[in-house]
Amino acid sequence: MSLAPSESAPAGAVAAATGAPAGRGVCRRPGSPGPGRARPGHGRLLTRASVPYLLIMPAVLGFAIFKAYPIAASFWISLTTGNGDARRFSGLANYRRLLDDPLFWTALKNTALILVVQVPLMLGLALLVALGLNSTKVWLRPLWRLGVFVPSLTGLVAAGVMFSVILNHDAGLLNWVLSLFGVDRVNWLGSPFWARVGVVLVITWHYTGYNAVMYLAGLQGIPKELYEAAMVDGAGPVRRFVSITLPQLRPILLLTVVLSTIGTLQLFDEPYVLTGGGPDNATLTVTMYLYNNGFKYFDFGYASALAYALALIVSVLGILQVRLMGERR
Amino acid sequence: MKLRGPLLTLLLAGAFGLCVGPFWWLAMAATQDDKDVFSWPPKLLPGGHLMENLHGLEESIGLTRVLLNTLLVAGLQTVGAVVVSVLAGYAFAKFDFRGRNLFFVLLLSTLVIPDTVMLIPIFQMMMDLGLIDSYESVVLPGLVTPFGIFLMRQALRSMPDELLDAARVDGAGELRVLWRIVIPVNRPIIAALALFVFLGGWNQFVWPLIALRSPEMYTLPVATATLQGLSTTNYAQVLLAGAIAAVPVMALFLVLQRQFISGLLAGATKE
Repeated sequence: MSLAPSESAPAGAVAAATGAPAGRGVCRRPGSPGPGRARPGHGRLLTRASVPYLLIMPAVLGFAIFKAYPIAASFWISLTTGNGDARRFSGLANYRRLLDDPLFWTALKNTALILVVQVPLMLGLALLVALGLNSTKVWLRPLWRLGVFVPSLTGLVAAGVMFSVILNHDAGLLNWVLSLFGVDRVNWLGSPFWARVGVVLVITWHYTGYNAVMYLAGLQGIPKELYEAAMVDGAGPVRRFVSITLPQLRPILLLTVVLSTIGTLQLFDEPYVLTGGGPDNATLTVTMYLYNNGFKYFDFGYASALAYALALIVSVLGILQVRLMGERR
Repeated sequence: MKLRGPLLTLLLAGAFGLCVGPFWWLAMAATQDDKDVFSWPPKLLPGGHLMENLHGLEESIGLTRVLLNTLLVAGLQTVGAVVVSVLAGYAFAKFDFRGRNLFFVLLLSTLVIPDTVMLIPIFQMMMDLGLIDSYESVVLPGLVTPFGIFLMRQALRSMPDELLDAARVDGAGELRVLWRIVIPVNRPIIAALALFVFLGGWNQFVWPLIALRSPEMYTLPVATATLQGLSTTNYAQVLLAGAIAAVPVMALFLVLQRQFISGLLAGATKE
């Protein structure tokens, strides 16, 4: 693509800067809507100093109304109980209630369990897929890359209705495929254990390709000379992977670990659509419990306290991960 | 080691099958009669009931209207969010101003806060403004995306200052520099951002579910979800609605694959 600054610099402007009368010889009447027209008047309004403030104005306004205010208001709400006119300040009562609420702990345990299994599983698979896609020995690489990325484009409802039938006990696609290998029907979504496995499977299906494509970009950015030098020194494939690939990928690994952790801690969509949190609260996540309290029982105070507890957990884990993986001296 | 190429190819083909297989089944199931959706073995070839299911969807959720709603909401959100992101990203990338770093950090730190935190106050705000059950209520909260602003800042930072200064020396005003240089030079990444925002708008579910009340305002994901909740659910129709939701997104991706992936990577790899 040509950058062509000359094309963008108006002829009239050049002429004006050099003191020559604008439009001479080009037959352009002054004030005709040529490319040079916007310059003089508008330039006055936008002094250099005011420009950045005007540019970020929409973002600041939107941020104040739809981010900063709701976040602050929600903290205030978390310190109150009751609804509408009956809302009263109640200090930390909601937070105290939360610590004694067995369902909150169940939800937190479920979320942690899914996190510990799902994030390493997904990122491990993504790395393997990326390594495969990066190998020049593989045929038809663009096709495979396209295919593994496609699930991440699908919205939660489309994926949800799809998998609620695919995971069906009696006639689902997955049980049918398994039966071809002689595996008995699994009661996905129906038993507490398998419902968790089902949710993990669906999230993994949904986002592995996205992470794989990010890793692929990281792999393609590693200088070939590093590998050549290591081979000259006699390093085998495992050694090369551990000593070159992993350290070189570290920034992007960190990014995906942090983003996946945030995403999974806030997990809501998949259990909402697939299991509704059941059976027996086995897939109830913190965000889902929050949603139930807020929009089913209309207990806004308690829901907001849950939200803040979750935000605290997310930020602590995020900071820990950056500390552990980020800087290496 | 001669087998390595074929072996890896086979494994990747397997991964491809796992990722794409469900879509094949979905497309086929959407063309079956309702009672054949749960047949054993599952139907993996086209059935003859596509038109019938489409008519059914038109009657049950008003498919045409719902599609137009979704398109309108996603379209407005895309235009708005791209404008906000490009302007703010340009300011962050190329200008020094008071409060720049503070605002940038504040913006990014909202990423760790679950969206659900904001649902309740935004819901109350929309109630007070009388905007519940309107297009505005769905579109407005999505106009400021920290991700979009971050992406634009990263992209515009790598633009050489000389390019902008040359135009300024030639007397171009700031608006002109933005319109004639910054935007054309960065068109691919802006297209990528537009795609991401459109995708998010097209697929968004939880907020429209809360903000929209009447069926004729529903977007496709909301309408599909309400359809699924009924006791007399026609699963062939539900699956067809799911397939319809997935198709435009994939078509867009196929056409604009290059921009899409480069946008993804621009956000991920530049530090």
